Amino acid sequence: MSATVIQAPGGDAPGGQLQARQRILTLVMVWAILLSAPLWLPLVGGYTSLGTRILVLGLAAMALNFLVGFTGMVSFGHAAYFGLGVYGCGLILRYVTASTPLGLLAGLVLGGVAGTVIGALIARRRGIYFAMVTIAFQEIFYFIAYKWNGLTGGFDGLRGFTRANLHLGFATLDIIKNDVVFYYFVLFIFALVVAVMGLILLSPFGRTLLAIRENERRARFLGINIERHIWLAFTLSSIFIAIAGGLYALLNNFADPSSLYTDLSGELVIMCVLGGIRVFWGPLLGAAVYVVLQDYISSHTVNWLFFVGGVFVIVVLFFPRGLLGMLRRRRDA
Amino acid sequence: MSDSPMLEVSNVTKTFGSLVAVREVSLTVARGELRAIIGPNGAGKTTFFNLISGFFPPTKGRIIFDGQDVTNGPVPGRVKRGMARTFQITEVFPELPVRENVRIAVEVAAGYALRPRLSATERAGVNRAIDELLQRTRITEKADRLVGELAHGDQRIAEIAMALALKPRLLLLDEPTAGMGEQETFEIAGLIRRLHREENYSIVLVEHDMRLVFHLADRITVLAEGALLADGTPADIAANPDVQAAYLGHAA
Ligand SMILES: Nc1ncnc2c1ncn2[C@@H]1O[C@H](COP(=O)(O)OP(=O)(O)OP(=O)(O)O)[C@@H](O)[C@H]1O
Ligand SMILES: [Mg+2]
Repeated sequence: MSATVIQAPGGDAPGGQLQARQRILTLVMVWAILLSAPLWLPLVGGYTSLGTRILVLGLAAMALNFLVGFTGMVSFGHAAYFGLGVYGCGLILRYVTASTPLGLLAGLVLGGVAGTVIGALIARRRGIYFAMVTIAFQEIFYFIAYKWNGLTGGFDGLRGFTRANLHLGFATLDIIKNDVVFYYFVLFIFALVVAVMGLILLSPFGRTLLAIRENERRARFLGINIERHIWLAFTLSSIFIAIAGGLYALLNNFADPSSLYTDLSGELVIMCVLGGIRVFWGPLLGAAVYVVLQDYISSHTVNWLFFVGGVFVIVVLFFPRGLLGMLRRRRDA
Repeated sequence: MSDSPMLEVSNVTKTFGSLVAVREVSLTVARGELRAIIGPNGAGKTTFFNLISGFFPPTKGRIIFDGQDVTNGPVPGRVKRGMARTFQITEVFPELPVRENVRIAVEVAAGYALRPRLSATERAGVNRAIDELLQRTRITEKADRLVGELAHGDQRIAEIAMALALKPRLLLLDEPTAGMGEQETFEIAGLIRRLHREENYSIVLVEHDMRLVFHLADRITVLAEGALLADGTPADIAANPDVQAAYLGHAA
């Protein structure tokens, strides 16, 4: 069973080789799908910006899962750092400069700094207390975004900015009007972040996070400084999700308080569980299922949440390891 | 400082509310000594281990490990200085293979815990250390099985292998044979003996199996109701009337 893509360290054992081969196969499949999506999405009744939305929310869910699935700490307040990424990016584009990279960087810094500070404050809490404090901080950021009308546009959100085209010196990428180019730009950022995430999880540091998830007491008595490692995991996770937030601002050309709100945190947790929290790519699949269901069903009924909830309940009851977790288990058996 | 004892515990007390779990207990463990701690259920043996290993600080008293006062120090500091422990209820990483359990311990001991990557040489060194530990504890054939799927005895051996990965100078084992069958007990006893006699580890062993205790221990400490009842060689303890009344009397 390698519900974790992440166990194999590249050791010399035959088990390690098998897992390495499986990992490469998974990578090839995932990237073939993601790279070709703009070609086949319209053929199956989709559209490119739906794919972009899946990438962005999938990245956010994977960033959350870095903490939930691979460190074992459940945050119900991760929309805070996503939302700070959204506002960081939006505010730069709106007030400072029409630069897409600077916008993303600002989002990363804003979400990352908040995650670093709050992570340090809460690294000693466990279980439900940890989750509650993450929600409490999220409420604070929501309140600020909601009340600070002059800067953030308050309840109506921040408008009046658009993503800027990318000037590469030898060429200009038209991400404003060309959906497909924008998709590939988002996929490029997605690939960078996911590669960093994956490499960290395969590193000695990443293994200490698995150790904390598996058995905190054992990890402590191996000499791991648990609080420091949880803090680092929280910080990294908030940086990753803030980048997703920045992309979300670019996608919508809009920032509103709901991107900082509890509802979104809950949706991200649902995406993780749908796809499978012990599987690296699980949350991406979860995001795809969630976004597609939402898009498809909401065009037929306003009660789409009811159906999404139904799917969620079915998955939790019958596939407790999530959709991808179950697939992996099958294949190994 | 190598002429100081390995471990010197003076007058430690631990209270939980009104319960005195450990009362004014002192203990000195020499280098290379195998010390057994015995006592009836609830005598405070595990609590005493928790004090030594830094699980919680004592209410009173002092703990000197390898010449250094560690009384209120954090766990990682003790581990770095060479103290490793196992638990009465096995503590492992159940969803990871044995090899990965040991790998984590080896990497942390090598100071790689915060490393984002290892060089090829470092990785080879880690793999060598893992193979060596698996061989020493004779669990190589099960290296690629998930620890959580192994028999109880093998899980305990995996836990000991992780403790050994820390290259400890003092090994604390809390009832390593608890819940084991005859054969498994025999294997663990063999492992402990090899560690003590051939590899010269200092070991503190909490154990209910009297044959094993009297067979392996250099000295035995008896706790009863949190207090020190007796401390001596196996022969002293076997002849001690208080011990027979309080403890061996029940067991026999
Ligand atoms: N964390 C704790 N909080 C409150 N009471 C505790 C705690 N740990 C132990 N005790 C109590 O302290 C006493 C000693 O327990 P301890 O586990 O140290 O005994 P033991 O000698 O290891 O027993 P056993 O042979 O059953 O393992 C018991 O009465 C126990 O209930
Ligand atoms: Mg005990």
